[in-house]
Amino acid sequence: MKTQNCYLPHEAEILERVQETPDTFTWKLRFTDPDVAQHYSFRHGQFNMLYLYGVGEVAISVMSGDGSNLWHTIRAVGRVTKAMMALPAGSHIGVRGPFGSSWPLDHARGKDIVFVTAGLGCAPVMSSIRYVVAHRAEFGRLVIMQSVRHRHESLWEPQYEAWRALPDTQVLLTASRDKTRWPHWELGRVGVLLDKADYAKDNCVVMMCGPDAMMRDTASTLVELGVPGESVFVSLERNMQCAVGHCGHCQFGGKFVCKDGPVFAWPAVAPFMSVKEF
Amino acid sequence: MNEMRYFPREKLATLIAAIKEAGYRVIGPRVEPGQGGLVYCEIAGAEDLPQGLSDEQSPGRYRLVPNGSKRYFAWANTASAIKPYVFVPRERLWSVVRKEGRLHFEPTHGQAEKTAIIGARACDLAALALQDAHFLRGKYVDTYYRARREKLLLVAVNCSHAASTCFCASTGDGPEVSGGYDILLDELDEGFIVRVGSSRGAMLMTDFPTTAATTEQIALACAQGEACRTAQTRRLPDEHLLPRLMQNLESPIWDDIAERCLACGNCTAVCPSCFCHREFDNPALNGKTTEHWRDADSCFSEDHSYLVGEVVREHTRARYRQWMTHKLATWVEQYGRTGCTGCGRCTTWCPAGIDFALEANRLLADEEGAR
Repeated sequence: MKTQNCYLPHEAEILERVQETPDTFTWKLRFTDPDVAQHYSFRHGQFNMLYLYGVGEVAISVMSGDGSNLWHTIRAVGRVTKAMMALPAGSHIGVRGPFGSSWPLDHARGKDIVFVTAGLGCAPVMSSIRYVVAHRAEFGRLVIMQSVRHRHESLWEPQYEAWRALPDTQVLLTASRDKTRWPHWELGRVGVLLDKADYAKDNCVVMMCGPDAMMRDTASTLVELGVPGESVFVSLERNMQCAVGHCGHCQFGGKFVCKDGPVFAWPAVAPFMSVKEF
Repeated sequence: MNEMRYFPREKLATLIAAIKEAGYRVIGPRVEPGQGGLVYCEIAGAEDLPQGLSDEQSPGRYRLVPNGSKRYFAWANTASAIKPYVFVPRERLWSVVRKEGRLHFEPTHGQAEKTAIIGARACDLAALALQDAHFLRGKYVDTYYRARREKLLLVAVNCSHAASTCFCASTGDGPEVSGGYDILLDELDEGFIVRVGSSRGAMLMTDFPTTAATTEQIALACAQGEACRTAQTRRLPDEHLLPRLMQNLESPIWDDIAERCLACGNCTAVCPSCFCHREFDNPALNGKTTEHWRDADSCFSEDHSYLVGEVVREHTRARYRQWMTHKLATWVEQYGRTGCTGCGRCTTWCPAGIDFALEANRLLADEEGAR
């Protein structure tokens, strides 16, 4: 009966907690009920609803998972996430999911893979990058572009450096508000990286996650550069409370972002991405 | 099953009593002091129904007026729809007991009562079908909604009286009920024509004495339905034109509407198909338990589009546009038809008297002019 109620969370324990930056932290979680843990599986790009006792739920993408453990990286920006940041390891929370659509990795085999992310948009693609790296021979070139405001806000830089050493792999990083130009770092927004990226425009899959404006501008530029719109995928963020397409907050044109997204092929959402306050 | 039978007016009380006898809580339209109009509430019997009353509706106005008739259903519609009896505006979804740092989640088990609604209108039944599509027929089922829906008995009454705000004829949802009922009534001057639409309805009617409806009675019922249809002056544009609202998202007409709109959310509260709701926690002061609730929400509220510390639809213009384009255009992509069944409540209960059908027509005319 419990599994039929899509609104009901399951208890999970925070096994580890990493403070990534002053406002961003990562949880390693595990469902306390072994039966729930065993039946849980997610696809890359999906999200969970994380619940803090007495405060509420938030939609957070699955950063990584290895069977029984789940990792979520969370920025403390709202009422719930700010309260979550105060929780020490060993605490218990509620988790329900996974929800939503996923990155099109199955359709991307044999093609060049391009990740374009900004800020915390790097978290929802992390498990996909790891998948591509683990199955490197099945894919073409791998291009990873990440932009942040300041280098000191960037997450997992050693990880990016390790990826840089892989064959046929390009890692491009940029900081939009830094004054110092560090080795391997560009100055400017994600747009400055596009010229340096080397990938087959007619045989690639682009996966993008960041603020609306960044995705809108980058997707438009990519299409102008000759990448077919259907090869560009974006992960949208909207207010989500139920995660199952019932509560109405994430409605976006004819889509519910939680249920039909968060990952959309660019042409499905492009008409509305440039409408102000849509 | 759809045989038309007849019973005299005074037997309506017997029918309602039989429904109560069968274990149903009976909900019907009644005059509720302070509510400003008819609302669906629990009734003891036929004596609680609004006999001899009609409604006068216009943008921003609803009045009940005596009509000198003995009829119970000589009005167009109620202030609130039947929606609150299925999609409850406030309910607890689950609760948590916190003990030694561990969380124990307990769902609120459906304690749905058998509920009969007397006097449901065609527009409201069409809207109920939309809510069914939303809460029951998607990938995820709302078990709370389902529990109540399964215990619902619907005694519909065909409309004989259109308010000036009604436009169900143009959406194709009324004034005659076309399905989704257990029992369907046509009210005539002396009694009711009755049809059954389900085995549940048939069971209730088994021992209820009726006679075959005469040709004259059936003709009278058809005629008053037709009169109700032709009396409607407001129209929504044809459904195939409505998606073109999406090509007119920057029209100055949205600004013009926004100058009048108070963003109060009345329209979404009375709309029989609106489904938005927000979730929130209600923790006990002892720190040991908390309850997770949901409330009906409105796309006119500021935090409806809250996102990472910002509000996406900051201005009323964008919120009205969201409400209308969803209801009339993008709803089609989601559910195969528009989300409007022509009840006109959004227009009646708008404190600024914004005329939904009129504004939709203006926007489409503007779009055509711009092409």
